[in-house]
Amino acid sequence: MAENDVKLLGSWPSTFVMRPRIALNIKSVDYDFLEEQIASKGELLLKSNPVYKKIPVLIHYGKPICESLIIVQYIDEYWSSGPSIFPSDPCDRAIARFWACYIDDKWFPLLRRLVVAQGDDAIKAALYPVVEGLVLLEDAFKNCSKGNKFFGGDKIGYVDIALGCFLGWMSVTEKMNNIKLLDEAKIPRLYKWAGDFCADSAVKDVMPETDKLAEAAKALLPKIRADASS
Amino acid sequence: MEKENDEVILLDYWPSMYGMRLRVALAEKEVKYEFKEEVVGGVKSPLLLKMNPIHKKIPVLIHNGKPICESLIAVEYIDEVWKDKSPLLPSDPYQRAQARFWADYIDKKLYAPGRKTWDAKGEEKEEGKKELIKSLKVLELEALGDRPYFGGESFGFVDIAFIGFYSWFYTFETFGNFSMEAECPKLVAWGTRCLQKESVSKSLPDPYKIYEIILTYRKHFGLE
Repeated sequence: MAENDVKLLGSWPSTFVMRPRIALNIKSVDYDFLEEQIASKGELLLKSNPVYKKIPVLIHYGKPICESLIIVQYIDEYWSSGPSIFPSDPCDRAIARFWACYIDDKWFPLLRRLVVAQGDDAIKAALYPVVEGLVLLEDAFKNCSKGNKFFGGDKIGYVDIALGCFLGWMSVTEKMNNIKLLDEAKIPRLYKWAGDFCADSAVKDVMPETDKLAEAAKALLPKIRADASS
Repeated sequence: MEKENDEVILLDYWPSMYGMRLRVALAEKEVKYEFKEEVVGGVKSPLLLKMNPIHKKIPVLIHNGKPICESLIAVEYIDEVWKDKSPLLPSDPYQRAQARFWADYIDKKLYAPGRKTWDAKGEEKEEGKKELIKSLKVLELEALGDRPYFGGESFGFVDIAFIGFYSWFYTFETFGNFSMEAECPKLVAWGTRCLQKESVSKSLPDPYKIYEIILTYRKHFGLE
């Protein structure tokens, strides 16, 4: 058992699970990673997240915290002596929250639609709004980064974590469908940011390799498609 | 700390349950602000389009010219800026996570089905009503329990997140044809308790006026 009694219920291909993993790495916190099986929900998951029955769930000294962004905020506030994930200024914090909210509420549903799309027409129709969203995020990056490598400035912050977790699946989707999401010509800043993000010490061990994820995607996509249409 | 020349503007629409969150939060902190009405369904003002270009929605808090969009984000901002008075979020990180979880639940699980009780017909309306009641019961049991407020002994973040919905109870139950008191008596009692606070009573509209405006909307769209 990890020293701090920190457990994370999740699975390695999951984008949302990656968020708390990155946050825990930023804070150098050891944790037990309890892998959930994709097909069935374990008893601990059902007990820890009775409302949504979804991963990730952080269990700290036996107490569960659910919803990936809420977990990241908890990690930042509990281990407050480590590097900050949030900026200190209230206005900048509100802006960071705004973009994370946009990513989850508006952009991610578009990405999911692209990931599950089948057939050239469906893929083409699904691609455009995703790219449009990335163009918006490129502008957000310009304002948030203030010339630095990340949304969070010179180190990874809240919005980096919120968006960066999708890079693995974006890469798989690009390869599977022969399309471009991170187009260097269209979104040069985000293109560079993606490389910097994946190379960061807090990220590189939890970001799955594209080939391994592509292999897992073959088994996962039917279920993702079924969930998306329900 | 509030400075003498702090300019606080709230772009809002009087029936908005999201706008009510900010009105109550600002009242709790005793912050003076200018209420600028934006009629939802009307032409969007240049100010709204400038301050919230992404979503083009109210409420927007404008503090010294800088916009803060999304109601729960703005409530956290208000709590952080005017931190010397009436804390809205608890100080313990785990309690804060719980508060954020339930506020997020309110946003995810209540608005859409609530809307169906007055904006939909037939089976869609019935499904909306069932889902609304189911989600309200979860909130009542798991988030409120037997405590006076969602925040425990004192009024806080989740109370603020939900209080706007309380002013819409009459609308939901009348058009949805059910009784909130029968389905969720503790939530009704909680609402009555909150209304005894001045920050709430002066920020919430008369529930009957909300019902009237929805009645007009329904007549206009042939739902009556």
